[in-house]
Amino acid sequence: MESRDTDWDGVRLHVVTGKGGTGKTTVAAALALALAAGGRKVLLVEVEGRQGIAQIFDLPPLPYEERKIAVAPSGGDVYALSVDPEEAMLDYLEMFYGMRRAGRALTKMGVVDFATTVAPGFRDVLVTGKTTEAVRRRGKNGKRVYDAVVLDAPPTGRITRFLNVTQEVAGLARVGPIKNHSDLVSGVVKSPETAVHFVTLLEEMPVQETLDGIAELREAGLPAGGVFINMVRESQLPRTALDKAVKGGFDVTELALGLKAAGLADGADADAVAEALAGEVVEYAHRAVLEHEEREALSEAALPRYELPLLADGVDLAGLYELAESIRTQGAA
Amino acid sequence: MKDAKRSAARPVPLDIDAIIDDPGTRIIVCCGAGGVGKTTTAAALGLRAAERGRCAVVLTVDPARRLAQSMGLTELDNTPRLVSRHEGGGQLYAMMLDMKRTFDEIIEAHADPERARQILSNPFYQSLSSSFSGTQEYMAMEKLGQLRRSDEWDLIVVDTPPSRSALDFLDAPERLGRFLDGRFIRLLTAPAKAGGRSAFKLLNAGFGLVAGAMTKLLGAQVLKDLQTFVSALDAVFGGFRQRAELTYKLLQAPGTAFVVVAAPERDAMREASYFVERLAEERMPLAGLVVNRVHDAPANGLSAARSAAAAEDLESRGEHELTAAVLRLHTGRMQLVAREHREQEHFVSAHPTVPVVQVRAMSEDVHDLAGLRQIGELLASA
Repeated sequence: MESRDTDWDGVRLHVVTGKGGTGKTTVAAALALALAAGGRKVLLVEVEGRQGIAQIFDLPPLPYEERKIAVAPSGGDVYALSVDPEEAMLDYLEMFYGMRRAGRALTKMGVVDFATTVAPGFRDVLVTGKTTEAVRRRGKNGKRVYDAVVLDAPPTGRITRFLNVTQEVAGLARVGPIKNHSDLVSGVVKSPETAVHFVTLLEEMPVQETLDGIAELREAGLPAGGVFINMVRESQLPRTALDKAVKGGFDVTELALGLKAAGLADGADADAVAEALAGEVVEYAHRAVLEHEEREALSEAALPRYELPLLADGVDLAGLYELAESIRTQGAA
Repeated sequence: MKDAKRSAARPVPLDIDAIIDDPGTRIIVCCGAGGVGKTTTAAALGLRAAERGRCAVVLTVDPARRLAQSMGLTELDNTPRLVSRHEGGGQLYAMMLDMKRTFDEIIEAHADPERARQILSNPFYQSLSSSFSGTQEYMAMEKLGQLRRSDEWDLIVVDTPPSRSALDFLDAPERLGRFLDGRFIRLLTAPAKAGGRSAFKLLNAGFGLVAGAMTKLLGAQVLKDLQTFVSALDAVFGGFRQRAELTYKLLQAPGTAFVVVAAPERDAMREASYFVERLAEERMPLAGLVVNRVHDAPANGLSAARSAAAAEDLESRGEHELTAAVLRLHTGRMQLVAREHREQEHFVSAHPTVPVVQVRAMSEDVHDLAGLRQIGELLASA
């Protein structure tokens, strides 16, 4: 893979996490498109069985099978996989022990149900195991099959436990195959080939959770990646106008004159519309102040930050490509 | 014709005060996708109920730090703490669920001391009782059952865990049942029942294959730990199941009101739809839908299209830059309002009889009781 001078050269596994409602799956999908741009092959993995990828790309539910779902700008393919722990277990048995039939019998008996209920750490090892296998996989030519793998991971509150599989199964399996498997997974996840990205909004709770999540991740020796600030509302209003609005001194008269000039309203009507619009400006200005504080707070994490615009019409396929473009121009892919 | 169309899209208003004022309402369950403000809604409902004379307790699971602080909660604590007293005898209590302690207490209540010790020190138990998925849902329901049985509060408001799916907690009791009835459990508990002989010797030919696979997959030591754990748990299984079933019935009882919480976004509204359908299937009483963080536009008489055209006009003439920027801002806002409206319309047309209340977006998160009170007022203003 030739270098293309992005912030994450050499990273093959991009783990994307975020608090619920921040658009984690959307950002993961856009990142996969951005990484695939220019003729690369990228796998987008989902692990919570929500079929979020299928919904974003407007596809029928994804099976447990790597299949091509999108073509990236200027060539390049995005494949997707919805990992099901049960199927991952069968894979694992077959791959390492050549036991497919025994695996089916285990499934029938509810062993997977059991294992995931009693020890969710097992479930995480199976799921991360499948993902890291795709990262390591090489084709017949000896080259890696995927240039990059993007994992739409569990939310921020669970991410460290989810990735810290060795720790999670340590109490259960000190030796034996599960331990070996989790060591293998851990080798990939803790390497410089992995980056864990956080998706947040410029709001207090998601920002706080992001900062907590980053601290927790670092403590566990896992590699923090970048911070994607999602749904940023942009405005051309000058700083001075916003400052005035916050202090209650927004120039409503000038606004009314502008409305008249634009032929939108006359006389008293223009004043009324200007008043209403000024209300919107004041609210926006107040939020801008708070957002500024949240940006400052995020800068403490000392990670690269990327800002993605709020899409007026919501996230559809076109919007996804727009976000991917934004990710590329900012150097995240 | 036009009127009929309009009324079809307008939902029935949700009367929150009627629900919290009804002494027959004993449990309110707030559920919905992650990140939609469930915990805030639960806390605001609790406070409003207390201010209107109820003795309410809010059971929260994993609240954001500042929201917890707004109710004076500083750590995980399985005991409800008094938050505030109100005129007319109303009181508000709140607690944060300590999942592990709740689980430990169930074990201690159902097993003799020796067996309880065996279970509590088993690595499988430790993994199970401190993990975040599944157990949290079950423990939240267990705690709800305990609070209800104690009868110390006349209203319990419960916030459901931040599951990957809003439906997880409904499935928890059933999953537990399936888990306990599974053939695998019976396989593992077989040695205890057969006087200590190996489970696998008792089994038919087909199971030899499974035994081999299990040993390969888990390793001999893990299998042994697992077997010890399951055998020890065997004794308390009956109690477990019974409690899970009781709690499930409690949720179906007329004194319970489910409040589905959503934000006006596609995923959250879709989850809300699933939830409404699921509650109906389970014959659980739905009170209505709360849509949080809804935006409005004070200048809504000016459409997005006219606003954008005027901005473009001013920009091309190079005049009134400030007005042009304000019009751009307004255009974005109108588009947002329209999109949020569309997302809600899907829900309303699919579930026209479900009462709805909208809570407008606030610029700041809730930090104190005054903030919660304000949310409570908005909740009651449908």
